[in-house]
Amino acid sequence: MITLRGLTKRFAADAAPAVDALTLAIGAGEICVLIGPSGCGKTTTMRMVNRMIEPDAGTIEVGGRDVTHVDAVTLRRSIGYVIQQVGLFPHLTIAENVATVPRLLGWDEARIDARVDFLLALVRMDPATMRDRFPRELSGGQKQRIGVARALAADPPVMLMDEPFGAIDPITRGSLQDEFLRILRELGKTIVFVTHDIDEAIRMGTRIAIMRAGRLVQYDTPEAILAHPADAFVAEFVGTDRALKRLSLATVAAVATTSPPPPGAPRVASDANLRDALSLLLAADVDAAGVVDAAGGVIGTLTLAALRRSLRSDPAAAESR
Amino acid sequence: MFVDAWQYLLLHRAQFATAFGVHVTISASALLLAAAIAIPAGVFAARKAGAALAAINIANIGRTLPSLAVLALVLPLLGTGFAPSLVALTLLALPPILTHTIAGLQGVEADVVDAARGMGMTPSQVLRQIETPLAIPVVFAGLRTAAVQVVSGAVLAAFIGGGGLGDFITAGIAMMAMPQLLVGAIPVTLLSLSTDYLFGTLERRLTPRGIR
Repeated sequence: MITLRGLTKRFAADAAPAVDALTLAIGAGEICVLIGPSGCGKTTTMRMVNRMIEPDAGTIEVGGRDVTHVDAVTLRRSIGYVIQQVGLFPHLTIAENVATVPRLLGWDEARIDARVDFLLALVRMDPATMRDRFPRELSGGQKQRIGVARALAADPPVMLMDEPFGAIDPITRGSLQDEFLRILRELGKTIVFVTHDIDEAIRMGTRIAIMRAGRLVQYDTPEAILAHPADAFVAEFVGTDRALKRLSLATVAAVATTSPPPPGAPRVASDANLRDALSLLLAADVDAAGVVDAAGGVIGTLTLAALRRSLRSDPAAAESR
Repeated sequence: MFVDAWQYLLLHRAQFATAFGVHVTISASALLLAAAIAIPAGVFAARKAGAALAAINIANIGRTLPSLAVLALVLPLLGTGFAPSLVALTLLALPPILTHTIAGLQGVEADVVDAARGMGMTPSQVLRQIETPLAIPVVFAGLRTAAVQVVSGAVLAAFIGGGGLGDFITAGIAMMAMPQLLVGAIPVTLLSLSTDYLFGTLERRLTPRGIR
């Protein structure tokens, strides 16, 4: 869906390139998270996709079309754009904000109205009460809901999101991440997502591109990066708790056996993640727990040994979870 | 004394009407002219940090010049009459409009402009639909300051033969004729106050509801 080839950007002729001959292919429906330390070129890379920053060299293909030399304004109207500070227009109502791109594209009013109501409902904002409010009346989380609704307005196949949850308190952030993940997956959008938070990258990404000094260090699924960091830099970047992070990606159901649990074993839900399950086993000081389904019936056993084995297993196999 | 002033006014009705008309005309013309120069210049300068800084510094130097000095400086260049007074008053009105236009545009949050561009607004759409409505309260505050300065500054136009209500004041001072002086001074004061009120009202009316 998006292919970057040899993409290079220098902000000053004598400085090191901010992005250095970057090549990256993002498949349709993928959520590609660009991550790395400050100044690694992740935001610059994202902003070159909709030509907010013009590359010095290299090509950008979006949907099979080279967009390096097309009209930048037309290109931007076809790509969703979400930034950390949201950037809602304070003098326009919520409805007018969401209607921005459809207006630019010249949709008729009836179609715009219907679209705005649909999108407000999609991000769980009541259209009847929210339409005519102004941005200053919203909380940080609500603002970003509107920011995402606005970016989705003309149903773009590709979305660029620059730290969309960076300015939101941790509790709201978690629920927004889950909610947007659900919405974006349902809509089948291809997403370039910039963050500096590795936990967010693991949670949101189908693939993670780890960057350093303008170059791509590793590009793979979260599972594979946690299991096999390409070098010491990546290993350090993903954190010493990467085994635990890997466990958080899989559910109990993936490693449970169907044998009955020992008597008196604690219970764990089959859809809980393995990290929480490990915590439960350690806290209860036992080697095995009974796995229960949504209805509460015991359906199998989870053992510490099975947890260990899951970390030894090939990440490609674990991917099919 | 006020009764004397009233009687003086009744006796010189035609002269007063002309002077009042000239005063308003010269003030309004100077303000329009200054706005026509300073607003586009401010829009241009606000785009470039260096140009904005230079424009604000020059404008601030211009602001420190006493109104009378501006008029005096115009005199040897353009002589006396309406036109040189208009030029002098326009120069007087430029700095506040210029600085406020730049400040208004620079005060629009960078994220808001970034979002507008990123969604595919052209530079002129960003200026018209986003920056202008958000900068308007500040630009109008500049117009308000300039208008009040011009209305009171226009009194000095009398010194270089520009006419207006200043004629009564200068003549009143010269002849120590208090009633005549008041016929100039009181209307100018009222005119300044109502100008301030008018622009204050416009400023509030034109401020978009979402940022009020």
